[in-house]
Amino acid sequence: MNVISRGFSGRRRPGGDRLPPGQYLESGFPVLSAGPTPPVRTSDWEFTITTEAGQARRWNWQEFTSLPAEQITTDIHCVTKWSKLGTHWRGVCLDTLLDGIATDAGYVMARCYGGYSTNLPLPDLRGGRAWVAYEYEGQPLPPEHGGPARLLVPHLYFWKSAKWVTGLELMDRDRHGFWEELGYHDYGDPWREQRYQGD
Amino acid sequence: MARAAVPGRLNWLAGTLAAARDETATARTLVLDVPGWPGHLAGQHVDVRLTAEDGYFAQRSYSIASAPGGARLELTVQRIADGEVSPYLTGVMAPGDRLELRGPVGYWFVWRPEPAAPLLLVAGGSGIVPLMAMIRAHAAAGSTAPLRLIYSVRTPADVIYASELSERTAASQLSVTYLYTRAAPAGMPAGRISAGVLAGAAWPPADKPAVFVCGPSGFVEAAASLLVEAGHDPAAIRTERFGPTGT
Repeated sequence: MNVISRGFSGRRRPGGDRLPPGQYLESGFPVLSAGPTPPVRTSDWEFTITTEAGQARRWNWQEFTSLPAEQITTDIHCVTKWSKLGTHWRGVCLDTLLDGIATDAGYVMARCYGGYSTNLPLPDLRGGRAWVAYEYEGQPLPPEHGGPARLLVPHLYFWKSAKWVTGLELMDRDRHGFWEELGYHDYGDPWREQRYQGD
Repeated sequence: MARAAVPGRLNWLAGTLAAARDETATARTLVLDVPGWPGHLAGQHVDVRLTAEDGYFAQRSYSIASAPGGARLELTVQRIADGEVSPYLTGVMAPGDRLELRGPVGYWFVWRPEPAAPLLLVAGGSGIVPLMAMIRAHAAAGSTAPLRLIYSVRTPADVIYASELSERTAASQLSVTYLYTRAAPAGMPAGRISAGVLAGAAWPPADKPAVFVCGPSGFVEAAASLLVEAGHDPAAIRTERFGPTGT
């Protein structure tokens, strides 16, 4: 039983069943980053998938943006409590990027320009549920939101959708990424409110 | 990085409002008794949960304003006019009323007294709150690290902790540079953070300061970019942002 805060009535906002527990509806697009936005030029950009056996497949920007892309409409949920409904993205599905890569790995570490990292189970990147996105609302993804390209894994809290992504390391065993090392949850399902380690 | 310092499961704790202080017309400090509070580091935040009579509840995150080790936990809350939670915390909640807290959270945007590197704090608006916890922790620990604060506000009336900052500036090695973006005191120009301001008020990159920047997203983006362009190591700049970007 929660403690009652005398005189608090709250505001039942629209959003209802699309808002996970403890989230509120946000109309803007807040930014959460641990440090400065790293400058990443598409002329230098690379994206590399490295298997647990050490084999690498690499794309430059031209090769990456020549891959079949998808339009994605999705709700996003940040661990800092805001959710944003019906956002529009364009990106390359991870199924496309992982196609033909031989691996038995169970986990992935996403690596980013600027040093950020986050860990995810590999199955969560398959099945049409994850993308490397490079457009937001019809425009190139702005740098402060992770441009030129970020991971988009909207069924998990948004810190898993790593900004400025430059590679995926496929791993036999799970390891902590940046925020996970600092107390945030390894999986991060917003519908089970897995914000912090132990949730 | 705070390896090994991260605790296990965070449980909700009941907090009772012991006292409240109005800091500005729209910002209020809540002084809370939180039995079982595990302690915190300067710069961390807490999740706050308010529950209505009918069981409806809302959660938000707020920065901790008090230094570690105090008997009571202090949060300073900026009222957002159309907000759901901040109008209650800044206007309705009275001593004796209760809420729930979970934390502390965030082991990245934290300052620890040990390293003596110069400390540069850059605040936009209510982004001062976690930086004030660092200023207070710095004083409480008797740290010898030289300390500078650059604090950007809209008008002089929007300065949170004005008298305390003034006292601490007089009594310690803290120096404060105020920037007024809308209306400055007589004789001062209004202006935003710029390369020129940083050149005059920040530690030079050669001094290798630890840098903490907190404020609205646009402010943090601008300040952090200027610091990197001025030659500061991006890895030494820690940021905390809040609020919508409007896009």
